[in-house]
Amino acid sequence: MSDVTITRLAAQGMITLKGDLTAATLATAVADVTGLDMVAAREIRRGDDRGLAWMAPDELLLLLPHAEVPSALAAIDSAMGDTPHLAADVSDARAVFRMSGDPRRILAKGTPADLRPSKFGPGEIRRTRLGQVAVAFWLTDEDAAELVCFTSVADFVADWLDNAAA
Amino acid sequence: MELTEGLAAISQNNWPSLDYDVGVVNNLASRLFPAGFYYKTFIQPRAAWKHIFEPVIRAAAGLGKAPREADADRYEYTYAHTDVLVVGGGIAGLLAARSAAASGLDVTVLEQTSHWGGRMLTDGEMVDGTPAADWVAEAVAALEAMPNVTLLTRTMGAGVFDHGYILGYERLTDHAPEDTGPRHRLWRIRAGRVVTATGALERPLSFAGNDVPGVMLASAVRDYVELWGVSPGDRTVIVANNDDAYRTAIVLKRAGLDVPLILDARPAAIGPLPREARELGIRVEVGKGVARVLGHAFVTGVEVCSQAGQGAPLETVLCDCVAMSGGWSPVVHLWSHCGGKLVWDADQALFRPDPDRPPTGADGAGFVIATGSANGHLGTTAAAEDAVAAGQRAAGEAGGTAPPDTAVPEVTEIPEEPLEPVWLMPQGASKKLRAKAFLDYQNDVKVADVQLATQEGFESVEHAKRYTTLGMATDQGKLSNINGLATLSHALNADIPQVGTTTFRPPYTPISMGAIAGEARGPLFKPTRKTPMDAWHETNGAQWEPVAEWRRPYCYRQKGESTKDAVMREIRATRTGVGMLDASTLGKILVTGPDAGRFLDLVYTNMMSTLKPGRCRYGLMCTENGFLFDDGVVARIDEQTFLCHTTSGGSDRVHGWFEEWLQTEWWDLQVFTANLTEQYAQVAVVGPQARTVLGSLGGLDVSAEALPFMGWAEGTLAGIPARVFRISFSGELSYEVAVPAGQGQAFWDAVREAGAPHGITPYGTEALHVMRAEKGFIMIGDETDGTVIPQDLGLSWAVSKKKADFIGKRAQERSHLTDPNRKQLVGLETLEPQTVLPDGAHAVEGTRKDGKPQMIGHVTSTYYSPTLDRSIAMALIKGGARRMGEVLEFPVEKDRTIRARVVDPVFYDKEGARQNV
Repeated sequence: MSDVTITRLAAQGMITLKGDLTAATLATAVADVTGLDMVAAREIRRGDDRGLAWMAPDELLLLLPHAEVPSALAAIDSAMGDTPHLAADVSDARAVFRMSGDPRRILAKGTPADLRPSKFGPGEIRRTRLGQVAVAFWLTDEDAAELVCFTSVADFVADWLDNAAA
Repeated sequence: MELTEGLAAISQNNWPSLDYDVGVVNNLASRLFPAGFYYKTFIQPRAAWKHIFEPVIRAAAGLGKAPREADADRYEYTYAHTDVLVVGGGIAGLLAARSAAASGLDVTVLEQTSHWGGRMLTDGEMVDGTPAADWVAEAVAALEAMPNVTLLTRTMGAGVFDHGYILGYERLTDHAPEDTGPRHRLWRIRAGRVVTATGALERPLSFAGNDVPGVMLASAVRDYVELWGVSPGDRTVIVANNDDAYRTAIVLKRAGLDVPLILDARPAAIGPLPREARELGIRVEVGKGVARVLGHAFVTGVEVCSQAGQGAPLETVLCDCVAMSGGWSPVVHLWSHCGGKLVWDADQALFRPDPDRPPTGADGAGFVIATGSANGHLGTTAAAEDAVAAGQRAAGEAGGTAPPDTAVPEVTEIPEEPLEPVWLMPQGASKKLRAKAFLDYQNDVKVADVQLATQEGFESVEHAKRYTTLGMATDQGKLSNINGLATLSHALNADIPQVGTTTFRPPYTPISMGAIAGEARGPLFKPTRKTPMDAWHETNGAQWEPVAEWRRPYCYRQKGESTKDAVMREIRATRTGVGMLDASTLGKILVTGPDAGRFLDLVYTNMMSTLKPGRCRYGLMCTENGFLFDDGVVARIDEQTFLCHTTSGGSDRVHGWFEEWLQTEWWDLQVFTANLTEQYAQVAVVGPQARTVLGSLGGLDVSAEALPFMGWAEGTLAGIPARVFRISFSGELSYEVAVPAGQGQAFWDAVREAGAPHGITPYGTEALHVMRAEKGFIMIGDETDGTVIPQDLGLSWAVSKKKADFIGKRAQERSHLTDPNRKQLVGLETLEPQTVLPDGAHAVEGTRKDGKPQMIGHVTSTYYSPTLDRSIAMALIKGGARRMGEVLEFPVEKDRTIRARVVDPVFYDKEGARQNV
């Protein structure tokens, strides 16, 4: 049983983008802001300081430096033009935790998602729950994961993770 | 129960003491405690049950004590997924796991004890030419080496549920109390297929005195000697109806212990095992049984009788242990939990799983496969063949494709002659003997009790079970079930399969409450949502109030101040100067798209599409049945975008409601929604000095001209990006400022600093409530309860008559909802101004047919108003709109009635002059 280290990360810039994910305009707008190609269902891609995650059939999560969120929102709106979409800054609504060690062991105590390596590996994101709260998480590599929850329950999630890792 | 160093154990079933077991007293006075005794005796007088009978019976039942202190241990869940789950780690389970794992699929094996091998370790057979224990060790090592196999000991398969969901109960530190980890772990497993290799349970024999300490199951006696090196007795009499029990005699004899006699109820015992016993010099008597056990607190001997007779003693044999065996019953519990059916196997006298009627999954196919002795194969060779096939089948059905391992090990099995069913010993046992022949050891149910139940008409197996409590103790009838059914069928002159079985329910054996709770205790019991300014509230006297999952300050108590005084101070300060409120919990749903206006016209009762960008409008949402369920202010951001504020508890529900309608009914509308509740901290700055305070922050223009009532503007305040909504829930000049949540505390501090010269006062939810009630504003959950429509609350003005449709429109046209005599919202002023009505107090008028007072409505909100210096209340009263000026009666205690006058619910500043300045 390996040790697990849990840290809360500093403010992460995040944009929720909803729209027709198959539309070329949307893919272009996303690529403009993140430099990343469109993701498939349950996929997450990471660049150096950017990321792109599939959240729902009509929803993406864009990860980028916090300070760049306003300009990125403007860029998306301009690239999308008249194409219906919703782009909103959700950076402050969410807290991000990083766990290194054996994240599957900790996450399995709270999520009903299938975490077997054959079913869930780096490059995939799961929107699920941890105990009683909604979370999303992904593996950054086999020994580390990042987890996003709502800011209001960040203290609860920190306590939950500490307890599960103990 | 595994023993550990320093373990302290307390006997349960010994009240008031072991020498004086109250249950034994029951036997002596059996006229007092027959079956159905509880039902018959304790009905009258009622009070006696609670104070006399129940405590005594509970103590006598000896089912343990509830702890008085908090549990010092930790517990947890773990979720797991596997293709094939095997329950049971005996030879059948290990073989099934091996053949399933050969396919490469994920296989998980649960074994409830601390060791693998099950009965193989004591039954003395050879497998593939090696002793069974060695074969088991090799098989386990081979499975451990496979990356796709997970093996768990001390983990019981507790229950099988729909969709291949299985609960496992792992005991982590009961055997290692020095470990600091969790005590128990509840495994919540999803499996493609479940293989139950749960073995079989030996059955007791029903003879008089079969409950005397020292009477044991033959297999248990064998296990004590073979597994743990414990001698259960110096002289053991074996009593059985089968060959298997002879193994116990042989083990005892080889261990140097004395076996004076084997009583075999069958007319002949000619198999190899009886032969071996005889060759060891053990005396075997066939056609004989136990008439009764001698001894009280422990066995001193048995009286031998003819099985065919009525129990006349033929001889007395001294002994200190009796090993009994009535045959074996497959453990069919997990097969049955989710609906698997059983068949009666008359040859072996047992119920086994009916392969044609398994528990079925979502695809209609069976998802549980019983195998080994749990499937009725009591012989090891047959069990092994069955298990290999079961593992292959499970893997194939779970999607495995690789060629499976088909090797069945060679078992040198000693053949056994058939057993002969014995349900009562001797078969013609007298009434006196039957009254001491136990079926259910935990609930003290005897053969005579089940016979009495049938005499009194309780013939259905479920009725007889409840009347006698047979099988209702914590072992769920594991020992008593078959013997009880057989006794019942005999009394009814019916066959056992016609009587049927009772229902097997999870858990297989009791699991700890801690494991069920998991980590959810103390601070982790329930999530607490905190706003960005939570820490400031905490250090500044906040008295917390739970609002949905949020915690919000009810008020801020200053030193030496009572909660009530704090609330009054906060209201006065806000009405006369300026107050500030953390309103971050308010729901904020962004709705955007070309059809956003059309969509909001459908979900709100009033018109939203006509709202101009830069303006705000209060709106109501109803269910399809027309009932009001949420309200809030909608701000139009631009031509295609609206921000919908919801109640604090309603944001997730409203967002889900929007998405449900968009995804299932109005998918043709081009609308996107996002719940931005937590992106913003929201601070309400309220009171005559509010504009002065905000103006001094620097930034956007908050003047009456630039930002009129029900307008909103965007810019910066104190250097922080802000949206300012000029809306009021207090009736005062009021601004609600939304800033990014991460800057919420900074903005809160800036407002406090700017407001300090004006005595700005943070206020909590109670001041908010009182001020809104003074203005007659409704609160969802106070004035509404799921049966209230907007028209009841005087909100007809917010229900559009022009719109072709909105959710709830048609429902509100139903006759019951248009009835002028519905309960309607009124204001109340008590005739004694200082008397505050209790919340929920009923108004009465006239009398009902039965002479009792007629209820005509109830109080929905009630406060002391420091602004008006009197009590105020709102109530829903039948035909309230027509009752203005009437005095209503609220009987609140037996001799006390509060009288209150019906008034307009707007108590303060009816013209709205204060907010519109």
